[in-house]
Amino acid sequence: MTTTLTTVPYRRPGLRRLRLLGQGPLFTVSVAVLAVLVLVAVSAPLLAPYDPEALDLGASLVGTTGDHLLGTDQSGRDILSRLLHGARTGLLGPLLVVGVSTLLGTLLGVVAAWRGGWTDALLSRAMDLVFSVPGLMLAILLVAVTGPGMTAPVIAMAVAYTPYVGRLVRGIARQEKARPYVEAYVVQGWSGWTVCVRHLLPNIAPTVFAQSAMNFGYALMDLAALSFLGFGVQPPTADWGAMINEGQGAVLQGAMLPALAPSVCIVLAVVAFGIVGEGLADRIARREKQTP
Amino acid sequence: MTRFLAGRLAGLVAVLLVTSVVVFGTLHLAPGDPVTFLLHGRPASPETVAALRAEHHLDDPLAVQYGKWLGGVLSGDFGRSAQYHQDVTALLGSRLPGTALLVGYSALLVAVLGVGAGVLAALRPGLLDRTVLIGTGVATATPSFVTAIALVSLFSVQLGWFPGPGGGAAGGLGPRLHQLTLPALALALTFAGLLARVTRSAMLDEMGREHVEVARARGVAGRSVVRRHVLRNALGPVVTVGGTMLAGLLIGTAIVETAFDVPGLGSLLVQSVTSQDFAVVQAVTLLSVAAFVLVNLAVDLLAPLIDPRLSPGEGSS
Repeated sequence: MTTTLTTVPYRRPGLRRLRLLGQGPLFTVSVAVLAVLVLVAVSAPLLAPYDPEALDLGASLVGTTGDHLLGTDQSGRDILSRLLHGARTGLLGPLLVVGVSTLLGTLLGVVAAWRGGWTDALLSRAMDLVFSVPGLMLAILLVAVTGPGMTAPVIAMAVAYTPYVGRLVRGIARQEKARPYVEAYVVQGWSGWTVCVRHLLPNIAPTVFAQSAMNFGYALMDLAALSFLGFGVQPPTADWGAMINEGQGAVLQGAMLPALAPSVCIVLAVVAFGIVGEGLADRIARREKQTP
Repeated sequence: MTRFLAGRLAGLVAVLLVTSVVVFGTLHLAPGDPVTFLLHGRPASPETVAALRAEHHLDDPLAVQYGKWLGGVLSGDFGRSAQYHQDVTALLGSRLPGTALLVGYSALLVAVLGVGAGVLAALRPGLLDRTVLIGTGVATATPSFVTAIALVSLFSVQLGWFPGPGGGAAGGLGPRLHQLTLPALALALTFAGLLARVTRSAMLDEMGREHVEVARARGVAGRSVVRRHVLRNALGPVVTVGGTMLAGLLIGTAIVETAFDVPGLGSLLVQSVTSQDFAVVQAVTLLSVAAFVLVNLAVDLLAPLIDPRLSPGEGSS
């Protein structure tokens, strides 16, 4: 006579049940801001009234008019069109950084937590090492050899952000591994890989997602800083950080808009990502308390 | 404690060694011959090329090259700057005081503004607390180059209180501090916002504790409770976070010095990348990472002196 062991899959509420709405007005507004931002980035060529790189030296530093809603910059380019197009590079860079660092960090963190022992010690030390080198320095060093452009900053930042994700994932994956359901699966002969992919990962995903939202804002800020220094997106391509750099001269002449408009966009995006990330993390923490 | 110290020192050496390998190795990551990269298109006589090869020991095997370079670095020889035609060490020495003054000024602003706003918010719940929360939220999300633009536009273009970018070298310490006020503020605000939040929550944590309630019940005056029971205990996390910010300030100088045209190490680094003066780039990045790591280690070692509960040892890992 044999008994069949059945385990009820232990599943925490996933991302779908982490409702994006109904968490207070600030959170809702932030989600809306991010949605608009993505929409603008995708449809910038349709929305922009002018070619963002079209020079018109006769119309340099025109203020807000009916023709140019946000005026023009020193080279007579339409600021609104440049802002709309700037959302593309502004979001694409951080997306790559966050995507790569989240994948890599999750992989390293889960492997370290699952294997333990030497693997864990080695991976943890390696992550500590990268953690203690500032990302901005790594990016500047890389740009010094490869020349300016988006590639070097994105690679450097992806490497620099990986230990942030890796440390977090290692911590929560260790807690998760200690739960009885994991042992139950292992006893039943499930492979470590299957347990991790099918059960452990879905359970830690919400926390990782919340952290990624916050990282997105920081990466946006870092990449904009590199573009401001002239190391990232190169002129004449429209980019918020580069626009602030180009607008510095106009500020001294008393024209605020060329630098102010992209500044507002950066701050708005970073604040929105911060609020969404923190809101999600809060919600997860509250739920953890309810379901021990 | 000794074991902890030994572990941390070993970690420090490991970070510095790996960083030095990366800083050295990037030269060889550049496509093509390192000499072409070091010359970056400038025409050069065979003698110049030979001199460059000799200076960078390019005819030796890679490991020997690294050893010679590291030996030079450890004895304070970072090579010669192609842009300024002078020893990198001397060049750095001439730029260091400007950056040190900026970082010191900024750190002071971070401490005063951050702790001040945090304490105020914790003691005055309601409108003031909410204002501080919103203000710090915006401050932490505003990158220093954006703050720089806003400050220049308001205080030097509109009001004319402070000089704008590149106002030329001022004479004594007073005028120099005046000139550095806007750069220091731009660098400080992001960090001050973060420190205010840490201070506020540390204070609120302490105020909710039993010993504070007991002190109040015993009739100790409110001010005295705040100073001796709340603030003193809340200082631990504030100092730890504040210390790591000092390391962040160092790195942030690259952006602020460029935005304000302040002659310092940060602006030197940015110029050197643009003009491909690689010896200078290597030296500044290596020293920045070293300073960053050292400051963080110092904070870890000093924190237990202020708050013994943070000391590594029994129980904690």
